[in-house]
Amino acid sequence: MSSHFKKKRGDSKPTISTASLPDIVFMLLFFFMVVTVLRQGEMKLKVVTPQATQLTKLEEKSLVNYIYIGRPIDKYAKIYGTKPRIQLGDQIVDGPTNIPLFLEQHKVKVPESRHTLITTSLKVDGDVTMGIVQDVKVMLRKSNQLRLNYSAKKKDEA
Amino acid sequence: MLKKRSRNSRGSNEINASSMADIAFLLLIFFLVTTQIVEDKGILVKLPPWSEVPPDPLKLIPRNVFSVLVNAQNQLLVRGEPANVDELKDRAKEFIMNPTGREDLSQSPTKAIISLKNDRGTNYKTYLEVYNELKAAYDELWDEESMRKYGVHYSDELPLDYRKEIKGKIPMVLSEAEPTSYGEE
Repeated sequence: MSSHFKKKRGDSKPTISTASLPDIVFMLLFFFMVVTVLRQGEMKLKVVTPQATQLTKLEEKSLVNYIYIGRPIDKYAKIYGTKPRIQLGDQIVDGPTNIPLFLEQHKVKVPESRHTLITTSLKVDGDVTMGIVQDVKVMLRKSNQLRLNYSAKKKDEA
Repeated sequence: MLKKRSRNSRGSNEINASSMADIAFLLLIFFLVTTQIVEDKGILVKLPPWSEVPPDPLKLIPRNVFSVLVNAQNQLLVRGEPANVDELKDRAKEFIMNPTGREDLSQSPTKAIISLKNDRGTNYKTYLEVYNELKAAYDELWDEESMRKYGVHYSDELPLDYRKEIKGKIPMVLSEAEPTSYGEE
C-alpha cells in the first residue's frame, strides 16, 4: 500500500500550485480599494488637531463635510499671510461668509431624507485662538448646520 | 505512449497564469502607496439653533450653575476660583450628582447646568481640553448609572429606551455663552 503511494508521488513534479495566488492578491486589492478614500484637494493649512479622550467615530464619510482652520503652510504664507485662515475643500477662503454656500454644495449630493444627519467636521489646529472658531460656529448655526464634530486625536494614556 | 501524448496536449492548452499574480501585486502596491486611511474621530456636539433675538436671561439659582470661564491666557476660573483642568472632571461630577447633599452644589442632576464661557483669545487646544473634561464627567456619570441599573457599560449599543432613561435622569446641559473679546489675536 505505501509503496503504491510513493510511486505516484515520484511521478508528479514537486511544484506548488500558484493558481490561487492572483485570487488572494485581488482580494487584498479590492479590500484596499473599498476601504480607502482618495483625499481630494491639498492641504494649504497646517492643521494639527489636539488630543482628547471622549471621542466618537464618524461613520459615514459621505455625510461629513470638512472645515479646516489653521495657519497657512510656508508655501502659501506669502499669499495668505500667517494669520489663521479657513480652508473649505481645497481653497483658502476670506472668511466665514463662504461657509453657507459650501454647506449647500455638499447638501445637494446627499439624499433629502438624510439631510439631518450631515455632520460638519471641524479640523482646527491646536494653536489657533477661539475667535475664528467662534465665527465659524456662529455661521454654522445661522445656516442651521448643528451637528458638529471637533476633530481630535486619541490621547495616549500614559 | 498514447497516454503520454494526451497529457501533453492538455498541458499546452492551459493559459499561463503565473504573471497574473505579478500584475495584481503591482496594482495592490500602487493602491497601498497612493491611498491613506483617514480615520476621523472627534468630540460630537450639537449646536443650539441660531436666533436673532438674544435669549431671555433665565433666573437661575446660583447653586445649580457650574460656571467655567477660560480667559485669553488659558487660565480657568471655576465658580469664581482659579482651578486646574485636571480637577475639572471630578468637580463637575460631584457638582452634578451632589452625593453628600451639600448646600452649594446642584439640587438634582436634572437641574444642574454647566456654563462654559471662553475668550476669543483662548487657545483652541485649551478649549477642547476643557470641553473634553466636561463631556468626560457626563460620560462617566452615564456609565456609572448604566452599570448600577442594567449592569452593562454605557455605549451606543445600549437599547434606545435605556439610553433615554439614563439621559433623562442625568441630562447633559452645557450652555456656551457668547465669548468675551479681551485677548483677540
